[in-house]
Amino acid sequence: MTDIDVSRLAASGRAGEPTELAGRARRFGVWYYAETSLRSMRAYLWTVVAVGVGQPLFYLVALGVGLGALVSANGQTVDGVSYLVFVAPAVMVATIVAAASGELTYPVMAGFRWRRTYYGPAATPVTPAQISLGHLLAVTLRFVAQAIVFWLFMLAFGATSSPWSWLTVPIAALSAVAFGAPLQAYAATLKRDGMAFNFVQRFIVMPMMLFSGTYFPLSTMPTYLQWIGWISPVWHGTQLARWASYGLREPAWLVVVHVLVLVTMAVVGAALSCRFYTRRLTR
Amino acid sequence: MGGGQANATRQESVSCAPYAAVVTSEELVIRARGLTKAYGDFVAVDGIDFDVRRGESFGLLGPNGAGKSTTMRMIGGTLGRTAGELSVVGLDPETQGPQVRAHLGVVPQQDNLDDDLKVRENLIMYGRYFGLPRSYLVPKSAELLEFAQLTDKASARVDDLSGGMKRRLTIARGLVNEPEVLLLDEPTTGLDPQARHTLWDRLFRLKEAGVTLIVTTHFMDEAEQLCDRLIVIDKGTIMAEGSPAQLIRQYSTREVLELRFGSQRNAQVVAQLEGLAERIEVLPDRILLYSADGEATLERVSGAGLHPVTSLVRRSSLEDVFLRLTGRTLVD
Repeated sequence: MTDIDVSRLAASGRAGEPTELAGRARRFGVWYYAETSLRSMRAYLWTVVAVGVGQPLFYLVALGVGLGALVSANGQTVDGVSYLVFVAPAVMVATIVAAASGELTYPVMAGFRWRRTYYGPAATPVTPAQISLGHLLAVTLRFVAQAIVFWLFMLAFGATSSPWSWLTVPIAALSAVAFGAPLQAYAATLKRDGMAFNFVQRFIVMPMMLFSGTYFPLSTMPTYLQWIGWISPVWHGTQLARWASYGLREPAWLVVVHVLVLVTMAVVGAALSCRFYTRRLTR
Repeated sequence: MGGGQANATRQESVSCAPYAAVVTSEELVIRARGLTKAYGDFVAVDGIDFDVRRGESFGLLGPNGAGKSTTMRMIGGTLGRTAGELSVVGLDPETQGPQVRAHLGVVPQQDNLDDDLKVRENLIMYGRYFGLPRSYLVPKSAELLEFAQLTDKASARVDDLSGGMKRRLTIARGLVNEPEVLLLDEPTTGLDPQARHTLWDRLFRLKEAGVTLIVTTHFMDEAEQLCDRLIVIDKGTIMAEGSPAQLIRQYSTREVLELRFGSQRNAQVVAQLEGLAERIEVLPDRILLYSADGEATLERVSGAGLHPVTSLVRRSSLEDVFLRLTGRTLVD
């Protein structure tokens, strides 16, 4: 065993003044936690890549080309565009929101309970609220990357025509945060196990995916089912994405409403999440 | 930092009056007065007072549930207090948590290493939480791995480490910001004897290097090994305070004679043992006779016609102090 100079190890003076360290953590703590979170994703990087590449490919082929051929067989169009153009931006939003339902449930439970990875940073100058926002930031970056890949596939399939179609990227990411942030807050309140997430998956995510006007316009559904769309971030995101992708004629006030709903859900969810993380890590 | 001068002053004051009643606030790393934490009706920490001086190794000895971890978490500011005063490096951990934690290294009771990251990455990513740049962290993590005897495990997965290795990595992680104070909550619980000795050796070196150690433990041998001074706590209150030697001198005899007559007979012979030792404690499996000279006491026991199945003479330990103070053993 080589002997090392422990006094230099303990206090070499290279680390800097604690006040300075605390100041840096106050300013950049969110990013510091996001760094760890992103690096942890490397453990399942290939899943993320496979999902990111496979999903758009499968969906665009199956729905746009396969189902689309059926829909257009009689020279029919949906909303004045081909089925592929109609469905692509919607599927983009839906798949990325679905990714949020994975990233902001079980990993949150793991951080508090299974692997206790939130407790390490909680003992440093980084605050619980920064841990919460850092986790959200890291997964948001994943959503952005996933959305870019999807958008490139849309371009390759000729599934989008507007020069503004790149806006679908931030729209899809915002939709995922609008759904994910409240979900993260909810996950932070769970004490025992992740069984509740099965409920979320079956009774919230599933209906949301089916009744948010993804595969057909919401207006074709009976009015008594349309409310599911109105409260669904997937529907608001989908309408915005269609507006950006092929110029869906949406009144200006409704575009504003879509943005406001998504932003409000994201902000309220993140605020609650900060609060619940703080409560849980300081009790 | 003006360390030289401050150091000289400290040396002087220590050598002049080792147990001086007046300690300047400069030298106190932690000062607690009436520190209390209650959860509803349950009082986990009940108005305790203690001081920790710079560079000393301070212990909180007590059984599970005595309030040790609660106290540690209040020091780190990850738990608010119900009442009392607490100052850590001159700051209030409840309102200035991040500033206080920038001075601290924390080794929690339950390992919370990130097993998605490699061994070395665990140190580097943890250092990032202190805003430390990679240019500092890369060489620092190499030194810390050397110290933790984990250099050849740098690229290993955390899952593949033994319990002792994980503890050493957690300690190395706690040192990444070169803290003035290292908080160690039950550092060797669950480790085998050899791993414990390796760990004690590492901690002893840190203490020599001037790091203030605050250790909670329910192992009396650990407290004896590591602590210059300790408080014995039970049910949230302080039962005694002093150095291990002082506590033993004050609350126990020099030696202890342990006798076993078999679980049936232990209770019967107690009456016959009365008067043979300064104090007698009857445990479920053995009888403890406290006296200055254990061998002499054993002779008197044989002289009285009593023949135990086994007998053992040993030095008094903190375990005996705890038994005397609370009537209970530390580890049930």
